[in-house]
Amino acid sequence: MNAPTLGLRQGELEIRQFLRSREQVVFTLLFPAVMIVVFGSIFDGTIGDGVQFTQYFVTGMIATGLMTAGFQALAIQIPMERDRGVLKRLLGTPMPKWVYFAGKVLMVAFIAVLETIVLIAVSTAFFGLTLPDTGTQWLTFCWVSVLGITACTLCGVAFSSLARTGRSAPAVVTPVALVLQFTSGVFFVFTSLPTWMQNVAAIFPLKWMCQGLRSVFLPAVFGAREPGGSYELAKVAIVLGVWCVAALLLCLTTFKWTTKRDG
Amino acid sequence: MEDQGSAIVVQGLRKTYGDNVAVDAVDLEVARGEIFALLGPNGAGKTTTVEILEGYRKRDAGTVQVLGTDPAVAAGGPGTTGSEHARRWRQQIGIVLQGTGEFDELTVGEVVRHFARFYPKPDDPASVIERVGLADKVKARTHTLSGGQKRRLDVALGIVGRPALLFLDEPTTGFDPEARREFWGLIRDLRDGGTTILLTTHYLEEAEALADRVGVIAAGRLIALDTPGRLGRRDEALATVSWRADGGGWERRRSATPTAVVSELAERYGGEVPGLTVSRPTLEDIYLDMIGAS
Repeated sequence: MNAPTLGLRQGELEIRQFLRSREQVVFTLLFPAVMIVVFGSIFDGTIGDGVQFTQYFVTGMIATGLMTAGFQALAIQIPMERDRGVLKRLLGTPMPKWVYFAGKVLMVAFIAVLETIVLIAVSTAFFGLTLPDTGTQWLTFCWVSVLGITACTLCGVAFSSLARTGRSAPAVVTPVALVLQFTSGVFFVFTSLPTWMQNVAAIFPLKWMCQGLRSVFLPAVFGAREPGGSYELAKVAIVLGVWCVAALLLCLTTFKWTTKRDG
Repeated sequence: MEDQGSAIVVQGLRKTYGDNVAVDAVDLEVARGEIFALLGPNGAGKTTTVEILEGYRKRDAGTVQVLGTDPAVAAGGPGTTGSEHARRWRQQIGIVLQGTGEFDELTVGEVVRHFARFYPKPDDPASVIERVGLADKVKARTHTLSGGQKRRLDVALGIVGRPALLFLDEPTTGFDPEARREFWGLIRDLRDGGTTILLTTHYLEEAEALADRVGVIAAGRLIALDTPGRLGRRDEALATVSWRADGGGWERRRSATPTAVVSELAERYGGEVPGLTVSRPTLEDIYLDMIGAS
């Protein structure tokens, strides 16, 4: 079988596996929607320039959803598969190694698209989310999402080498993801955070994903309230791009197919 | 890769983990079409040796050729990743690892069909599933299989690519006696089809039933290498004749000519000798002697 088809088939199996674990499907798709319901019900005011908090919060939740699908899911799933010997077994076959990663990428893309659609649908239906009305905004939405999820996916793969066992993986990954959510302006308006915290968050991709998505869902004038005085889309692209390259290099040099006891 | 020459040639193989010498000075040659069994207690170095041959582990010294290729080069360490040579080498090798790797939510059929896609000339997945005895489990999720059934799936994945050389690391652990017999039949079929097989096992009767030659490894060294019948000079060992003595208890006599002993006894008893047995050391006796001595 030719190699591209093999990658597609691998992706198909990954997606099938995801869809068959019902808890995973329910929690992955519903968690962001539930968060919208919770936060949308607690904070129902405006945050300036007539922008509803929910409108602001949705952008953060879309970014969080992308991070969960790419970073958290892979950084936990890959160590588990390594523990179960799935990776070792694949390594012993003539399967080209990239096929495994292609499968993961397709699975992440599938989940991210599904999750984002559910999130936007719930927000539009129940919390009066205003959808972007220009083609340029939708285009920005697409490239920020694609670049963001690419960075998160590569980081997830790179991070998967940190957890020594599948069981320890959630403990290693979850705090990182949670801290990033709190400091990157997902739950709170970013500029209301202490400056030092903003500066730390600005090192990581999530802050820039949120900011890029705000440029899509919030009015242009709100950009003046961003720390840089505008949405800084060029900077969003550069930071996310740098993360993609750095994480890819880490993946290529540090990825582990076998556990330590396998030698 | 050339078709002549031995399937496996190992010379002076050595592997250490820190101060611990796992494998030392192992020389081994497996001919094409042969079933070779590697015996030894847990921790003796069987799996380390096999995983070096499979390209999973790096050796510290010695030369290794597997189907004419050095597995350390073909295994795809940094720099050689995904190389065409490595892939062609892997296409000719089937591996059944000691532990099972699970694909939780997929069915037996899905996993075997998917693995078949990795190889240029795979066997028909449905017939492979049938040969390992999982025909009625094609649509079962792999996590619902019993231990022995999971092992059969491992074997199916190892042979679906029609390997020229098959590695089996303790393949029948968890099999009931009937399943083990069926499995032996499958292995003999593969050998008859020209597959070279290197197997490690704890079960002496398995080595005796299947292997053309047996290597015994203990404390990292190969301490014996011969056919099951000749291992440890078993063929030259004295037979033991035992029978019930007149005053109760047992009498035993070790002899190179047991038939003469029996006919002498038959004469003495005027027919049936009470409780007569004539035995030679089993492969297990020979093996336990070797392991104990090393």
